[in-house]
Amino acid sequence: MKALFSLLFALLTMVAPAVAQELAPDAMVRQVTEDVLTVVRQDKDIQSGNTRKAIDLVETKVLPYFNFQRMTALAVGRDWSKATPEQKKRLSEEFKTLLVRTYSNALTSYKNQTVVYKPSKMQAGDTSVVVRTEVVQPGSKPVQLDYSLEKQGDAWKVYDVVVAGVSLVTNYRDTFKQEVSNTGLDGLITMLSNRNKQLEAGKK
Amino acid sequence: MACAAAIFAASGCATTANNPKDPFEGFNRAMFAVNEGLDLVVKPVAQGYDAAAPLPVKVVVGNFFGNIWDVWTAVNNLLQGKGQQAVSDVGRVLINTTAGIGGAFDVAGEMGLTKHSEDFGQTMGKWGVGDGPYFYWPIIGPRTTRDTFGWMLDTYFDPVWRIDDIGLRNSLVATRYISVRASLLPADKVVEEAAFDKYDYIRNAYLQHRRSEIFDGELPHEAVDEESSQ
Repeated sequence: MKALFSLLFALLTMVAPAVAQELAPDAMVRQVTEDVLTVVRQDKDIQSGNTRKAIDLVETKVLPYFNFQRMTALAVGRDWSKATPEQKKRLSEEFKTLLVRTYSNALTSYKNQTVVYKPSKMQAGDTSVVVRTEVVQPGSKPVQLDYSLEKQGDAWKVYDVVVAGVSLVTNYRDTFKQEVSNTGLDGLITMLSNRNKQLEAGKK
Repeated sequence: MACAAAIFAASGCATTANNPKDPFEGFNRAMFAVNEGLDLVVKPVAQGYDAAAPLPVKVVVGNFFGNIWDVWTAVNNLLQGKGQQAVSDVGRVLINTTAGIGGAFDVAGEMGLTKHSEDFGQTMGKWGVGDGPYFYWPIIGPRTTRDTFGWMLDTYFDPVWRIDDIGLRNSLVATRYISVRASLLPADKVVEEAAFDKYDYIRNAYLQHRRSEIFDGELPHEAVDEESSQ
């Protein structure tokens, strides 16, 4: 089962960049968002809080478009440059697991929201861009949801997600910095992996 | 349980963090604990409301209080020199109070008059007043020093607080509080699972969020790279 999953995953990561390279970043954000919302709108399990199903959805539809190494580097800050390649790999893996869960949990609270895509200011030759969207929900003010993307080879990859002005990535900076200065980079890896194990064990 | 203890031990260390924006962290963490305690009572009420009220009811309640707040938003937009937005806000109030039946329906929003969200803390921020030390207050939660003063003025001019009938006033204030708490329920699970130290996570999120609000979301996303962290 596990082997099958990794095989699927490998296939996905090979296929995804090929698709991504043809798309401009704003078109890509729109397509991925609409793909995900189409599934969520029809899936009563996800809407009623089935995190596992939401995680599967995010892993297949969203993950290939994210650059987790870059995200982790941003969250860790200065200490990143002191990490060995092995530590970088483990940090990115653990942080990815945590972020995917956060993102998936947000999906399970879906209730009739729609997403509005704002025109992005981009010039030819730009290698980084912010794609701005707005989550519109009846009865309250729209929530701004921005994606920062960077060109990696031919493909655009998301390296930050900003909800109502709050970066899901840099929000960890203080906590991570503190942990590294207390227990070192390995301590940070342990902290992340303990949390992931705990959340995995507690899931329904 | 052992897991919880490990997590507690891990996040406990963060208490020693010296964040220059949070010189009163000891006091704030104590107040944070107070609010977490209060929330043991408030949250179930909000959950009850969330479960009992059908979506259209919640939308109407949200719109009703939103419409009242739009008046103050208009004033603040004007104070920030955003005349066009202020005019749009006044238009929203006029349309929603009449055609929207006392603010129950956001007719103006359907017509394309976008809802804004302003308060006096943002206005002062726009005028150049700095954050000042960060506070975590009982009941109202996180506020910078500037936003604490802003909140006082917001409350002073808040039409709901100015209602003479004390009984009506209190029920409206309570309803609004529960409605706001209910709207935050989906975020609870996200924060619980995402945060290592909930206090720290909320502090960072609040400060980032307010900064973005002051710039009306048009905050230049500085190319934060790993070498240039402050």
